[in-house]
Amino acid sequence: MLENEPCSIIENEYVKPGKGQAFNRVKLRNLRNGRVVEKTFKSGDSLEGADVMEVDMEYLYTDGEFWHFMATDGSFEQHGASAEALGDTVKWLKEQDVYVVTLFNGAVLTVAPPNFVELEVTETDPGVKGDTAQGGNKPATLSTGAVVKVPLFINIGDKLRVDTRTGEYVSRA
Amino acid sequence: MWQPSAGRDALLARQNLNQTIRRFFAERGVLEVETPVLSQAAVCDPNIEPMQTSDQRYLHTSPEYAMKRLLCAGSGDIFQIARVFRRGEAGRRHNPEFSMLEWYRVGWGPQQLMQEVAELTRTLLAAGYPQLPVMTLHYREAVQQYAAIDVFVATDDDIACRGMQLAGQDLQLSRDGWLDVIMSHAVEPALPPDTLVFIDDFPASQAALARVEKNADGMAVARRFELYLNGAELANGYHELTDAAEQRRRFVAEAGNRPVDENLLGALAHGLPDCAGVAMGLDRLLMMVLNHTDISAVLAFDWARA
Repeated sequence: MLENEPCSIIENEYVKPGKGQAFNRVKLRNLRNGRVVEKTFKSGDSLEGADVMEVDMEYLYTDGEFWHFMATDGSFEQHGASAEALGDTVKWLKEQDVYVVTLFNGAVLTVAPPNFVELEVTETDPGVKGDTAQGGNKPATLSTGAVVKVPLFINIGDKLRVDTRTGEYVSRA
Repeated sequence: MWQPSAGRDALLARQNLNQTIRRFFAERGVLEVETPVLSQAAVCDPNIEPMQTSDQRYLHTSPEYAMKRLLCAGSGDIFQIARVFRRGEAGRRHNPEFSMLEWYRVGWGPQQLMQEVAELTRTLLAAGYPQLPVMTLHYREAVQQYAAIDVFVATDDDIACRGMQLAGQDLQLSRDGWLDVIMSHAVEPALPPDTLVFIDDFPASQAALARVEKNADGMAVARRFELYLNGAELANGYHELTDAAEQRRRFVAEAGNRPVDENLLGALAHGLPDCAGVAMGLDRLLMMVLNHTDISAVLAFDWARA
């Protein structure tokens, strides 16, 4: 916990002049907004641990304000994520898919999508037959509203496998 | 984890380094000595935490005290390659157990010793750094140049304020603590690369075992120097304090509840010859020889594998 915000330590460098005070220069990522801050601490100082938990949860539905998830461990525990907590993951939400939900003090902090999702094309220019490996691409809008570049042979209604880390088309599903 | 953290090339480089050091000092008539690792007295520096054995002996954090007793007894110029121990000092450039080269030159001042330190360092690093220019800055100039603050004029608040900017928060430090932040966060990383940079004439409050004298501007400075290469501290040297009463005063002020080394104070009362001494971190030198960024790569077994 740093200034009441849950953070993860991404780098911790021990610095000590031979004849001086020892420090740790620490890079922390704010788990809420992803911002990275650099702070120095006296070596041996401690920070309060953040009550943060990662839980596998299935996406259920949205009521327009919250996006609701349910734990897959059989507990049926449900949590609603705000648009802020959801962030870009909203582009990859599909009912019944499983997401990693980070809970902080029992509330949803972030939602991470699986590395690959399968989504249907709802809008794109008509497919060009015979064009496979080579030659250009075009934008396609998916059922979630995400837009990805796809090969020319893709049609509306095709199911695509997309890499959520890069936002790139992988293959037809 | 039974495997070593160093490759065979690093073991070989260490052998070469030790041989080169011994040859260097043999050619100059400096006597190699060995002093006890376990001592009844502890280091007094409050920033260095010694380790203790179950029978109330302290592992030395540097061979300084014992070597000074030899100097008082008339040993003349001496050097030692010692394994030393400092509790809690673990990081990319720190291992709690590490190798230190320490040597003393009788009748020498800091200028002469810095020249010899530069000569030895260039010899040891010759393979990786055929050109290694040497530069000397006074502490005041270095901080002025790289952190835009004049430490001999600035108030405690000025220094704390600059330190807080660099640390990102108030660490509740003393003036010297904030100066350590400024040195380690702003000055050291900004020093010219691939250059042996000596910083000397430290604030009098950071004298440790060095003499305090008036500099040309009439300011009290500690006759102490540090050697840096590419942001890493390689050596720390003193024009040694020979005043036994002053040394006792500093020890008592700093020791806290650690036992003060009465044997050293007794030796100083007998008389330490005018001399300059320096300690050099050999593992860091090896890191530079081999271009490693982590100290574990030059240790047969690092702290986690020891």
